[in-house]
Amino acid sequence: MAALNNLTEHLEAFVDVTRSPTHHAESLKAIATSLEKGVLSINQLVVEMDMYLTTTDDVVRARGILLLAEMLDYLKSKPLDNAVVHSLIGFFTAKLAEWRSVRGALSGCLALIKRKGVAGLVTAVDAEAVAKSMAQSIQVQSLALYDRKLCFELLECLLEQYPEAMINLGDLMVYATCEAIDGEKDPPCLMVAFHVVELLGRLFPSPSGPVASEASDLFEFISCYFPLHYTHTKGDEASIPREDLSRGLSLAISSTPFFEPYAIPLLLEKLSSSLPVAKVDSLKCLKDCAVNYGVSRMKKHYKDLWPALKDALYASTKTDLSFGLESLTSPGFEMGEIHRAAVNLLQRLVKQDISFLGLVVEDIRVNMVFDTISRYLRYEEMLDTSKLEVLVVSQILSVSARSSVESCNIIFQTFFFRLMNTLGIVEKTSTGDLVHNENSTVSTRLYHGGLHLCIELLTTSKDLIPSSEECTSTPESAQQSWCSIVSRFSASLIEAFTSAVQSSNDDCSADAYLGVKGLLAMGMFRGGSSPVSRSEFEKILTTLTSIIAANSAKTVKWELALKALVCMGSFIDRYSESEKAMSYMAIVVENLVSLVRSSHCSLPSPMILEATSEVCSTRPTYVEKMVEGFEEAFCSSFSDFCVNGNFKSIENCSQLLECVTNKLLPRLTEIDGLEKSLVHFAISMWNQIESSVVFSYDFNGREFVEAATKTMGEIVGVASVDSQNSIIQKAYNVISSSTLLAMESIPLTFAALEGLQRDLSTRDELILSLFASVIIGASPKASIPDVKSLVHLFLVSFLKGYIPAAQALGSMVNKLGTGLEEACDTIFHESSASGSSIPSDDSSKTIGGSEALLSKICLGFYGSLDLQTHAITGLAWIGKGLLMRGDKRVNEIALVLVECLKSTNSSGNALHPSAMKHAADAFLTLMSDSEVCLNRKFHAVIRPLYKQRFFSITVPILESLIVNSQTPLSRTMLHVALAHVVSNVPVTVILDNTKKLLSVILEGLSVLSVDSVHKETLFSLLLVLSGTLTDIKGQQSVSDNAHRIIECLVKLTSYPHLMVVRETAIQCLATLLELPHGRIYPFRREVLQAVTKALDDPKRRVREEAIKCRQAWTSISSRSTPF
Amino acid sequence: MVSGLINENPIVYEIKERRDVRAYSSNTDELSVDAIDQLEVFDILFVRLSNSKALCRTKIGIVLVILNICSAHHIRDIKDPEHPYSLEQLKVLTEDSVEVDDTKSHVRVTFTPTVEHCSMATIIGLCVRVKLMRSLPSRYKIDIRVAPGTHATEAAVNKQLNDKERVAAALENPNLVEMVDECLSPSFE
Repeated sequence: MAALNNLTEHLEAFVDVTRSPTHHAESLKAIATSLEKGVLSINQLVVEMDMYLTTTDDVVRARGILLLAEMLDYLKSKPLDNAVVHSLIGFFTAKLAEWRSVRGALSGCLALIKRKGVAGLVTAVDAEAVAKSMAQSIQVQSLALYDRKLCFELLECLLEQYPEAMINLGDLMVYATCEAIDGEKDPPCLMVAFHVVELLGRLFPSPSGPVASEASDLFEFISCYFPLHYTHTKGDEASIPREDLSRGLSLAISSTPFFEPYAIPLLLEKLSSSLPVAKVDSLKCLKDCAVNYGVSRMKKHYKDLWPALKDALYASTKTDLSFGLESLTSPGFEMGEIHRAAVNLLQRLVKQDISFLGLVVEDIRVNMVFDTISRYLRYEEMLDTSKLEVLVVSQILSVSARSSVESCNIIFQTFFFRLMNTLGIVEKTSTGDLVHNENSTVSTRLYHGGLHLCIELLTTSKDLIPSSEECTSTPESAQQSWCSIVSRFSASLIEAFTSAVQSSNDDCSADAYLGVKGLLAMGMFRGGSSPVSRSEFEKILTTLTSIIAANSAKTVKWELALKALVCMGSFIDRYSESEKAMSYMAIVVENLVSLVRSSHCSLPSPMILEATSEVCSTRPTYVEKMVEGFEEAFCSSFSDFCVNGNFKSIENCSQLLECVTNKLLPRLTEIDGLEKSLVHFAISMWNQIESSVVFSYDFNGREFVEAATKTMGEIVGVASVDSQNSIIQKAYNVISSSTLLAMESIPLTFAALEGLQRDLSTRDELILSLFASVIIGASPKASIPDVKSLVHLFLVSFLKGYIPAAQALGSMVNKLGTGLEEACDTIFHESSASGSSIPSDDSSKTIGGSEALLSKICLGFYGSLDLQTHAITGLAWIGKGLLMRGDKRVNEIALVLVECLKSTNSSGNALHPSAMKHAADAFLTLMSDSEVCLNRKFHAVIRPLYKQRFFSITVPILESLIVNSQTPLSRTMLHVALAHVVSNVPVTVILDNTKKLLSVILEGLSVLSVDSVHKETLFSLLLVLSGTLTDIKGQQSVSDNAHRIIECLVKLTSYPHLMVVRETAIQCLATLLELPHGRIYPFRREVLQAVTKALDDPKRRVREEAIKCRQAWTSISSRSTPF
Repeated sequence: MVSGLINENPIVYEIKERRDVRAYSSNTDELSVDAIDQLEVFDILFVRLSNSKALCRTKIGIVLVILNICSAHHIRDIKDPEHPYSLEQLKVLTEDSVEVDDTKSHVRVTFTPTVEHCSMATIIGLCVRVKLMRSLPSRYKIDIRVAPGTHATEAAVNKQLNDKERVAAALENPNLVEMVDECLSPSFE
């Protein structure tokens, strides 16, 4: 009962037109839910609504009917009683005649007709009645937009769901549609209307049917929209895009063959218009028509169609043919939309009716092209019209040839001989000799136009070779006469292309381009039925390879040949042509690899390396071969250098390693088995170094050492754990057999360390760096032998200034599992074992009782300045390793570093400025992400939020020290350290602490701006500040500190050392305008002065920002200062 | 009061292809100096670089002034300009019409009104002048003039535009300032 009470309320609400639309929607929703839940049945609803449905008040009645219709729309998937549906549809059908309630009636009918697959469907008889009533009583064009759309949807639905019933109605439907469409202008309605026409066309295919008899009228109504053109484009984004509507229209026009006598002339006429849209639309529509109207109907129009199509192709082709590298695998000229549509149409026409080809073959312009070709030798010499002629005709012929095997045969039979004749390319007889006719004195003439045409034909025809399973079903000889034609000429063709490449010189790339492209086209015929024999294929490969091997500079020819080889390589791999792969291996790969191996060749080694790596990465087996070659080349060059002191060989080595790093490693995932070969490569590097005991020549081999360590590190980084273990083992063996391990015996005492000098031999240095990179790249799971002595080794070497050793140590403490305690003991407590040599001093044991030699050195108790700075840097890397894994010991390190920043540390020693600087930079090492080590690539153990943790430990300490710092130097250094910490932590952390940090950041900015040394740090700190300005979290404290911020930024607008600082400062000033007006208004004079000065900045970017900023600040006080 | 457009059917020219040679090559070198050049001044007038949306509005803003305003009364009513072309398309201002000498701190802008009797010439000139005054360093002397032989009262317009007293006086006029601001302000957001 309550439900019914509510119902009346909701009904009242919906019927009342004075209420808001949201109110209406709510009541609708409420009723719908109760119906869905079954609290209310549709019968009950109708009974309840009786009064609203039958009242004489037009408005209320219309609303009532609409309500019922909307309800039915909600219940689309709810089973209903057939009788109910019948009576409802009867009701709505009757109401169609009443214009006041037409919307409700239409929606009601639509909702009921749309019902699909549930109980309670509208019967065919009822549907017929609906259609009849609609046709008779509704004037579609007199209705509003939404109602019109409903009408069209209703028609569409009727035609789709009740085709038989609609066929019975016959003419009536066609008339109704014609009448409804006449004058329609809205895209959403038209979209449906076009579909209705399409449905009608399909529904009445008989030549005596209503569509056939009314075709001319119906076509008239839809043809007036062609080509579609939107007059109002703005504000209609949500509506239907032009492309969709135009597609709909095209489908409607092509829906029935009865439109043919009217459609084709119209389309041809529109095709001749100068409007690009009209051209594209007509071409697309013609293609649809060709598909649907059938060959016999289209045939009548061929005579008109062909010239129009040809004109469209001529008009849409541009004459600039590219001879560049990128167009080797593409047509070489730009394809507009018109061009593409025209090509599609041509292909369609030829495909469905071979007789269309007759027009093409007999066309005078097409035949004339052979005269044009033979008139010019070079493409650049041609007149624009001749260029156009050649391009278009080759396009026409290749598209026609591509359509079917049959058309290809015809094209080749008709034109290929003539083309060959023009080019002077002779046929091969059955015996394999070339035919020499009497005018054989005339040698091959390489007309560019002809070559282009020839290549186009060859390129398109290669797609027609069926794959092996297809070709068994058709008798080959009959099908593929073009194949035999090509094979008769193939030898001479290859010769011609080869001579084109060879005759080319540097200033003209066209010859080389056409030659290489031709060879490529000849080399890409696939399968056993290829017209190019194996020996010919091998000849192509030999030619291209010899181009690569013979050129000593990177010419266009060289690049083209390389690209062609790569294309062929990947083509062979794609179609898995085993025979060709063998030829490719034997000719291309072996040759190039042997070039890499031989140390004496004319080609500069970076070029060989590039060529080899490009070519070989097309197939895994080649890669194996190549890495083998690289290995051998590396070994021979390296030993050549060691024994003979040939500096060129060591240069080759570095280039080789760079190639491995840059070209091969990034493609590891694409190439199977690469990892294994690379690991092998790494081990043989170690072998080679091990075997060359003496470097008889000292060299300044920074480059080589860098390249070697980089390659080694990356290889270890990508290798599996097992391979890593074997590399580590190998490396360890080398290390232990070298003189390096002697360093282990150096006691970690001050006296011993002080006595050390940078006295590692070149070989030792190389081994040390390589070993460090192995350790850096190793994953935590890899096992490292003899941790203790290695730690010792690294410790001693970084104190001598080898930074890679410090990084390796950092990586070790980061990744070690069980060995960590031992390693840390060695690092931090070593001194206690040999403490006898240090004057023991209890007062210095401040830091957790673990005061070690290392921290003492850092603090400058003993040793030279060099030793101290090395120790600080090393400590930073160790600290980074510990920090990232979340180890507590990093706190001690942080304290030592902070101690180094104080002007006088706990024991009263004054620190050297350089040591303080290193200590400040240590914070950068700790916080920033490193490229060289301790990152994801090198399997570092990274605990989440480690930066945040470090931030919260160090910032309070640094802040309090800044407040209490005595000397300006120490203050600056503390600020640098803080800036490093603050600018490397995620910005959200800063935003949470803006209030605390803002003043110290501002102070930092002004302190750092004094010296140009800190410019980069200053910039990163400024970026932190700019991040806080805009965020809502920082807004309050920014607003409170506005005066200080502005003062600081104004100073930075004239910072002389870094442009980006000035630029950012000005941007920040502009951002500050978002603050409350009252807060910033007092500073406008100050800011404007500064920004006006910036208008005369030497850098343009700063000036541009200044103009914007000045304008923005002027506008807050615009009336008083016009400029 | 004239109610129609001054030039109902202006000739529209194709915009010249932009030379994009700038590319901020000197970024890495802190000491090098980018002198203020022709293109930069031209860009100031059209704010090409900053923001293309703002840019259209500026152009239209200025066009409003030239084409549609026949008197100051009209400016507020005009929402839908009949000719939405930019000054550049109409060849009122071109890149070559700007002459800059950075060492002598001098800039000269020559503009070409679309019709000889264009009463908007002074307003266009004033807008250009204010824009440059706001955007160039104060050391610059700015010369604005109508291209010789393109305007009926060429001498008078030139005199008016380069008389600093009269310019200052014009900018005391709130209506004029408002108009100028309206032309220039939307380029900054």
